[in-house]
Amino acid sequence: MILASVLTTNLAILVLAGFIGFVVISKVPNTLHTPLMSGTNAIHGIVLLGGLLLLGLPELGAFSKALLVIAVVFGTINVVGGFLVTDRMLDMFKSRPKPKQDEDGAPADGKAGSDGKAGT
Amino acid sequence: MSGPLIATSFLQSESFIYVLYIIAFSLFIQGLRGLSGPTTAVRGNRIAAVGMAIAVIATLLIPGEGNWGLIVLGVALGVAVGVPAARRVKMTAMPQMVALFNGVGGGAVAIISWVEFRSHGSTYGSHAVEVGGELVNLGGPPTYVAIFSIFAAIVGSVSFWGSNIAFGKLQEILPGRPITLGRAQQFVNLALLALALAAGVDLVAGAHSELIFIGMLLVAALLGNAVVLPIGGADMPVVISLLNAFTGLSAAATGMALNNPALIVAGMIVGASGSILTNLMAKAMNRSIPSIVAGGFGGGGAVEGAAGAGAHDGTVRSTSAADAAIQLAYASRVVVVPGYGMAVAQAQHAVRELTKELEARGVEVSYAIHPVAGRMPGHMNVLLAEADVPYDQLREMDDANPEFQRTDVSLVIGANDVTNPAAKNTPSSPIYGMPILEVADSRSVIVIKRSMNPGFAGIENELYFDPKTSMLFGDAKSAVSEITAELAAL
Repeated sequence: MILASVLTTNLAILVLAGFIGFVVISKVPNTLHTPLMSGTNAIHGIVLLGGLLLLGLPELGAFSKALLVIAVVFGTINVVGGFLVTDRMLDMFKSRPKPKQDEDGAPADGKAGSDGKAGT
Repeated sequence: MSGPLIATSFLQSESFIYVLYIIAFSLFIQGLRGLSGPTTAVRGNRIAAVGMAIAVIATLLIPGEGNWGLIVLGVALGVAVGVPAARRVKMTAMPQMVALFNGVGGGAVAIISWVEFRSHGSTYGSHAVEVGGELVNLGGPPTYVAIFSIFAAIVGSVSFWGSNIAFGKLQEILPGRPITLGRAQQFVNLALLALALAAGVDLVAGAHSELIFIGMLLVAALLGNAVVLPIGGADMPVVISLLNAFTGLSAAATGMALNNPALIVAGMIVGASGSILTNLMAKAMNRSIPSIVAGGFGGGGAVEGAAGAGAHDGTVRSTSAADAAIQLAYASRVVVVPGYGMAVAQAQHAVRELTKELEARGVEVSYAIHPVAGRMPGHMNVLLAEADVPYDQLREMDDANPEFQRTDVSLVIGANDVTNPAAKNTPSSPIYGMPILEVADSRSVIVIKRSMNPGFAGIENELYFDPKTSMLFGDAKSAVSEITAELAAL
């Protein structure tokens, strides 16, 4: 029996994640590449966890603490900003509205965040 | 043992936290799967955000987590900066925003590696001691921790500075043209890379000098500057994708160093995503990634008029907004080909008005979008979506090309090189082999363009000399509005 070390287990996770990433991302159409990029951008903001983890270490010097706060700020900007901006963009992708609704101009859903453009 | 105590210890057990991480990265993957179509994408993004929340909670549950005040401070500041930025940014400015968010991610990675180095003190890197004839590391992390963390530090620093430069160029704080050291550029880049690697190797080998570490970060910072400064504005889609991949990989390396599965999976997936996009963009521009990173376009093969120039004895036919309106009104199928020029002129809303008018007249309208239209992958689609163009009218290049043959009028707005038939017909052309939108196949073409100036690649476009092409000179926005007005008056 082969005993896996922490390193080899993590390497296995790393490699498998790479393959899964290639498969999943390959299915994203060109149309959505900008949201994909800002979405994955938000996901790599997960480095925030690194900052949080290290802040749990005992005996951190003041300078280290200051550095970590910056890292947490950066990570949070990355995560929060990334997900929000992606959400905003994706909200704009709408399919062709039903002709009837277009004529009536009756906004059944007030939520969609449309600019309320006056139709033809 | 009282109840609450047991509950707490379960919530803080290693297995429970690990399971939370597994749930978190599963949600990331599930969320990204949602991005395979516009209808499922909004939910997908939110699923990924839930995954992120779970990963953060799991981390805060880890026993010994402390400095809560600082954590709250950091998160609050991050939210205070990130939320308004994300809410206010204009869709045309999206590439800069993504570059900026990417940069702070890379910066966080570099800083985390630095603190790791500081916290391990003299046990960082190789510090093997002979115990009973075997070399072991006593009282510190295994050597591989230092290797991954150094990798993360270098790549994170390059990504931070590179992204900031990219931001500056896109925001036009810095000039968009390549800023190069000329022939020395590649040598300087290689020297910087070698220097950063040498410092890294030294640290892994057990040099416990913070000075070397800071020096390494600085050299990597210079490298980030030196790599992105020479890259021209038009190559930005590739650069942003590449930096995105870099930050992802550096996050994965941080995960390896910190033994954190959520970081490893998330970072690696982003790395894969960035690599795929980089490749796609480079292919769509007919250029290799090394040649883009090596520096400004035209540095190598200065574009000659080549075979093309002589062939263009033909005349250019210019048209008026009124004639264009008539031509469009009597078409049954119109394809709009938007390029970066349309985005620069902020003409997407005007274009949408025009196509609405055409649709009202029963004309079938669609949009053909080249992969590198805009300043980042898929940018044009976002701009059109913002102008309320339904996404089912947006055609990717491979779907659009066969349809040009049964198109009455192709309306090219601010796009040049991506429509140049020389890419198909003229082997001597520098863009030969680049995939293009085969606009020339349609029955007639209207090109809206400021002047006859050649495009980014500096190549004349044969399309403009084609007898079935007519040129409408002027600013994209006003030209399109004029056509709409003429159309309404018909």
